[in-house]
Amino acid sequence: MTTSSISKGCFVFKPSVPTRKKKKTLDAEDYFVNGSDDCKDSKLRFRICLDLWEDMKSETESVQDDLNKKILDSLLEFAKKSASSFMSREEDWASRMRASEIPVAALVLGVNLTDHNMTFQSLSDRLQHSVTPFVVSVQAKECAAVKYLLQKVLQRLTGVSMDKDEEETSTDLPQKSAHCFLRSLCDWYKTACKNSSGISPGKKRSFSQMDFSANPPIIVILKDLEAFSAHVLHAFILICSQYTQQLPLLFIFGIATSLSTVQRMLPHSVTSMLSIKLFQASSCTKHLATVIDKLVLTPKFPFKPSGKVLQVLVGLFLYHDFSVHNFIKGLQFCLLEHFHSQPLSVLCCKKQEAVVRTQQLSHQEMEKIRQLPSFMRFVEEQEPQEQVELLTSDEHLKELCQKLLKGLHRYHKNFFPILRCLHVLTSTLPKYPLGKQIRELHVTCLERNVWETEEYESAVQLLRILARDELLTALQKCVEILLPGKTKELRDALKQLQDLKDRLEQLDAYAHPLALDRHVEGRADDCFSENGLQKKTDLFQLQKTLLQMKDSRRTKERSPFELLRNETIEYIHSLVKMHLTRPESQPLYEVCYCTSSGTLRHHLNATPRTSLQMALTHPYCYLQNEALRNETGAISSAAPDICIVYKLHLECGRLINLYDWLEAYSTVVIAAEGEDPDPSEKENVDEIRHACFIRAVSELEFLGFVKSTKQKTDHVARLTWGGC
Amino acid sequence: MSVPLHHPGYDEDRVQLLMEKLPCRETQIGTLLALMGEPEQYCYPSIFIYGHRATGKSHVTQGLLRELELPHAVVSCVECVSAGILFEQVLLAFFGSSSTDSLPRNPFLSDFVRIYRQLCGQFPATQTRYIVLDKAELLRDMDANLLPGFLRLQELVEDNLTVILLSEIVWDKFRPNTGCYEPLLLHFPNYSKVELQQILAWDTHPSYSPELYSSYINILLGVFFSVCRDLRELRHLAALNFQKFCEPLEAGEAKEKDSHKLWRNIEPHLKKAMQTVYLRDVCSVQWEEAQSEEREVADLKGFSVHDHVELPYYSKYLLIAAYLASYNPARTDRRFFLKHHGKIKKTNFLKKHEKTSNHLLGPKPFPLDRLLAIFYSVVDSRVAPTASVFAQISSLVTLQLLTLMSHDDQLDAPKYKCAISSLVTLQLLTLMSHDDQLDAPKYKCAVSLDFIRAISRTVGFDILRYLYDFL
Repeated sequence: MTTSSISKGCFVFKPSVPTRKKKKTLDAEDYFVNGSDDCKDSKLRFRICLDLWEDMKSETESVQDDLNKKILDSLLEFAKKSASSFMSREEDWASRMRASEIPVAALVLGVNLTDHNMTFQSLSDRLQHSVTPFVVSVQAKECAAVKYLLQKVLQRLTGVSMDKDEEETSTDLPQKSAHCFLRSLCDWYKTACKNSSGISPGKKRSFSQMDFSANPPIIVILKDLEAFSAHVLHAFILICSQYTQQLPLLFIFGIATSLSTVQRMLPHSVTSMLSIKLFQASSCTKHLATVIDKLVLTPKFPFKPSGKVLQVLVGLFLYHDFSVHNFIKGLQFCLLEHFHSQPLSVLCCKKQEAVVRTQQLSHQEMEKIRQLPSFMRFVEEQEPQEQVELLTSDEHLKELCQKLLKGLHRYHKNFFPILRCLHVLTSTLPKYPLGKQIRELHVTCLERNVWETEEYESAVQLLRILARDELLTALQKCVEILLPGKTKELRDALKQLQDLKDRLEQLDAYAHPLALDRHVEGRADDCFSENGLQKKTDLFQLQKTLLQMKDSRRTKERSPFELLRNETIEYIHSLVKMHLTRPESQPLYEVCYCTSSGTLRHHLNATPRTSLQMALTHPYCYLQNEALRNETGAISSAAPDICIVYKLHLECGRLINLYDWLEAYSTVVIAAEGEDPDPSEKENVDEIRHACFIRAVSELEFLGFVKSTKQKTDHVARLTWGGC
Repeated sequence: MSVPLHHPGYDEDRVQLLMEKLPCRETQIGTLLALMGEPEQYCYPSIFIYGHRATGKSHVTQGLLRELELPHAVVSCVECVSAGILFEQVLLAFFGSSSTDSLPRNPFLSDFVRIYRQLCGQFPATQTRYIVLDKAELLRDMDANLLPGFLRLQELVEDNLTVILLSEIVWDKFRPNTGCYEPLLLHFPNYSKVELQQILAWDTHPSYSPELYSSYINILLGVFFSVCRDLRELRHLAALNFQKFCEPLEAGEAKEKDSHKLWRNIEPHLKKAMQTVYLRDVCSVQWEEAQSEEREVADLKGFSVHDHVELPYYSKYLLIAAYLASYNPARTDRRFFLKHHGKIKKTNFLKKHEKTSNHLLGPKPFPLDRLLAIFYSVVDSRVAPTASVFAQISSLVTLQLLTLMSHDDQLDAPKYKCAISSLVTLQLLTLMSHDDQLDAPKYKCAVSLDFIRAISRTVGFDILRYLYDFL
C-alpha cells in the first residue's frame, strides 16, 4: 500500500470492495435435494412432502382450536362480565363492593411451556376480536424491573415508544408523560374511549369496528407468571390497584404449575386486591391423544410412522417435555426424513396419484422396488413363472405395483376402523390387557401380529365372559365406528355386527315369556353371576370364576346368550386376524412407513455430553484419521492437544496442579517425537509446547471441564465427576 | 370528643362535613388540623403518620386536603421507580404541566430544589403546600439523600411547604445512620370493634334498610372479629356473604325483624367462610355462584384442590433427586445411594448439631453434579444424559420448583436465571451462585414435603426411606 503523504505515520486502508460472488441463499428445497443422486426425483418428493405437511398442519390447527375452544370461551365470558361489572358499579351494590378488586383470570395450562404461546396467541386474537381492542401480553424475560413492565404495557397499548434513550433526538412530547406511567395511561384511555364512542372517527384501526362497549376493559396477559420476580409483580399490582377507579383493568395470569403459586409469590396485602377466577385447561395427554387420533390413526394421510418411531416420539413426550408442539415437530421431522432418505416415497401419496406415478417410474426405480425386502418376500411366494416375469419385465412389475399399492391403501382403510373396534372392546376390561390408550394398542399392532400375543389371549378370555349390556354397548360403538366405512370388507363387517347386535337384543325379548324354561333359567343364573363378576376386578377371583365356568360349560348345556356371545367374539377375532396384520407383511409397505427411529432419536434427543466425551476420548470417530485408529485406551501423541490434555486430566483429582500437568503433557508429546528427553534442551523446546498446552487447557476450560480456582495457586479445579 | 375543637382559618361547616365523612377518626383529624394551623401559617416541616394497614391513613390525609381545598400533591412511592418521577409528580401538581420541562433527564434532589425555587418565585405560596408521600418506606431504597432531604424540604426551598409521610412501619426503622431532621410522629391506632361496626355499616345495600345491614355486620363481626381485624378483609367478607344472609328475606321465609332466624341461617355459612379467611382462594364471583347454586361450599376448596401438578416422568425424578439433595447432608449420600455401603450406623454419622431436623432448617443449595448423580441412582432405568434432561432442569427453574442460587445474595431472590432450563423455569429448583453460573451452578429445591410425596407416589418411589430426617 502506498500513500501520497510524505510524513511518517499510521494510515488506515479500507479494503477494496471485493467483487462479490453472487451467493445464492439456499432454501429448504435445495437442502433437501442436496446429497441425493437424482435431482428431478427429489424435487418431486419435496413437493409431495410439502403438500402432505400442509394437509397435516391444517389438521393439527383445527384440533388445537377445538381443544381450547371451551376454556377460551368461558374466559371471554368472564372478561365481558367483569367489564360490565365495571360499568355498573355505580348502581349495583355487589359490583361497588368489589370495585377495588382487579379481576384476574388464572389460566392453568400445564407444564409444557413451549405449547403455551399458541394458546395465548389465539386467546389474545379472540379477545381483540370480541371483547376489547386493548390487549397486551408480556413475558417475564422482558420485565426484569417494574419500570420495564410498565413501559412495555404502556408502549404496546398506546403504540408509542416510551423509551427515552431512543427518542432523544425526536419529539419530546411523549418524554414528558413517559414518567407517570399509569396516569398517562388513564389520559390515553379517556381519549381513546371518547374516540371510539363516535365523537371523532377512530384513528386506530381496531376502532373501525366500533362494536365494543363504551368502556372496553384493558387486558394485561402475563404469559408466564412463575418466571416473573415476585417483587416486580407485587409492585405492578399495587400500582394498578390505585387506578381501579379510572381504568377497567383485567389480568390474565398464565400459570404452569398450580394456583398456589400465586399465594406463594404474593403476600396477602396484594392478593386481597385481586379477585381470582380459575380456568383449568385440559391436560396435555388428552391433547396428544387427539393429535395422534387425527394424524396417525387415520387412512387420510398416506405417510405412516412405524411402531418404533411412534414409541420414540411418545417416549419423548411422556418422559421429557409433555409438549404436543414438539411431538408434531417430531412427526414433521419423520416426514422429511422419510421423503429425503427413501427414494420410493414418490409413491407415498393419494391412491390415484400413486397409480399414475407408478406408470412414470424409471427402470432404476423399478430395480429399487425389486430390492425392497417386503417385495422380495412377496416374490418368493409366487409361482416360478411369475417370479421370472416380475424380475425381468418392467411392464409387468408396474401393473403389479399398481395392484399392490391399491391393496396397501385398502389395508389402511380397513386397519384403523378395526383397530378402533378392538380398542372399544378391550379398553373397558379390568387391568387393561391391551392398554388403556389406543396408541398402545396401535403400537402393538404395528410391531407384531396382535392375535399372537399373550395379552390378546387374556383379553379374549375376558371378553368371553362379558355381560350382555356391556357387550351390547361395545357392539353399538363398533357399529358407529364402522358406519362411515366404504370398503367392501368394512361394509360386510358392519352388516355382520349389526346382525349380531340385533340378535342379542332380541334374545332379551324372547327371554321373558319363556322365563320358566329350564334352559333359560340356567342362562339367567349365569347372567346374574357374570353381572356380579363385573363389579370386582380382582384377578384372582376372576380366574377362579373362569375355571368354574369352564367346568360348568362342560357339564351344562350352553345358553343361547353364551352361544351368541361366543359367535360374536369369534367373528371379531376373525376380523382382527384378517385386518390387523402387521404392516411389514404388506408388500411395498416401505413406501409409506417411516422406519428410521435411530436417526430420529439421534436428532430429537441429542446427547451433547456423550458426543463431547466421545470426541475427546476417541478422536478417530470424528476426525477419521487413520493414525488415530489403533487406540486401546493409551494416550496417543498424534491426537490433538486437547485430547491428550483431556486424557491426562482424567487421572487427576479435584484440584489439578498445572505444572505437573504440563510435565505430563510434554512427556507424552516428546515420547511421540522420539527424542530423548534431554535435560539441557528441555527448557527452550518447551516454549511451543507450553503454548500448545495453554491453548488446550483454555479450550478445556471453555468446554467446562476445568475452571480456575483461588483455593490454591497454580491449580485448576476439575468440574466433572470421576475425581479421586 | 363532646365539644369539637375550634379550627380557625377553616370553614366550620366543611370541617363538620369532613368529620362525618371520615367516621371514627375525629381525634386524628383534630390533631392534624391543629398541627396544620391556619392555611396561611407555616406548618411543621414534616409529619410522619404511621399505623396498620387499613387504618385510614391515606384516606384521612387525602380526604382532608381535598375537602379543605388546600394545595397538595399526593405521590405513591410504589409508582416512583426513579426519583425523577417523584419530582415530576410534585411539580406537576403544584405548578401545572409546563413546570417539568426544565427538569433534567436523571434529576437529583438538588435539581428539584433549584427548579422548585425558581417556580416558587413565580408562583409564591399563599397557603401551605402539602406533599403527601404514600408508602414512604420505599423512600429508604431510593437515593440516600432523598429521605433526609424531604424531611427538611421546607428549609431547602424556603417556601411554605409541609411533607407528610405515610407508612405502615414505625419511624425507628427509617432513621438513617447519619441522623436527620426528626419529623412529628402521629399514630393511627387500629379500629376497635365498635368502630369497625360503625364503618362497615356505612356501605349499606340500597334495597334493604340500614338497620338490617347493621345487624348483619354485627353478626359478621361476632364471628370474625376474633381472627381478623383488617377492615379491608372484613369488607370483602361482608360483601361475599350478604347475599346468603338475604336469602330467607327474598324467599319470604323471614322478615327483617326476624333477626334470630336470619342468624340461624347465616351462621353455618360464616363458619365455613372462616376456614378460608385471608386466603382468597376463590374469587368473590365464584363464591357467589357457588352459594347461589346451593352447592356445598366445602366442595369449592379453592387452590388446594388444584395443587396437583402434572410433570413429565424424568422431571418427577429430577425433582425428587433435587429434594433429596436439598434435605440430606451430602455425607449421607453414600449411605442412601450405594448398594454396598458397608455398615454405617445412624449413630455414627449423626453429629450433634445435626439433631435438628433438616426440614426445619430449609433446603440447602447443591451443585448440579450431585443432583445428576442422585438422579441416576434413583431413576430405575438407564437414562442417556441427553439435552432434554438438562432442558428439564431449567424448565423446572422457570416453574419456580427449583431455584437457582447466587453467591452474593443467597437469601434474596435469585437475580440471574440460568439456562439449566426447565426445573428452574418452573421454580421447582432454585439456582445459586454468581460467577459460577456456567461452571458449577447451584440449585435449591423449592417444593414442600407434601408436594414431593405426592409426586413420588405417582412414580411409586418411597421418598421417606431416602430422607435422612425420617430414618
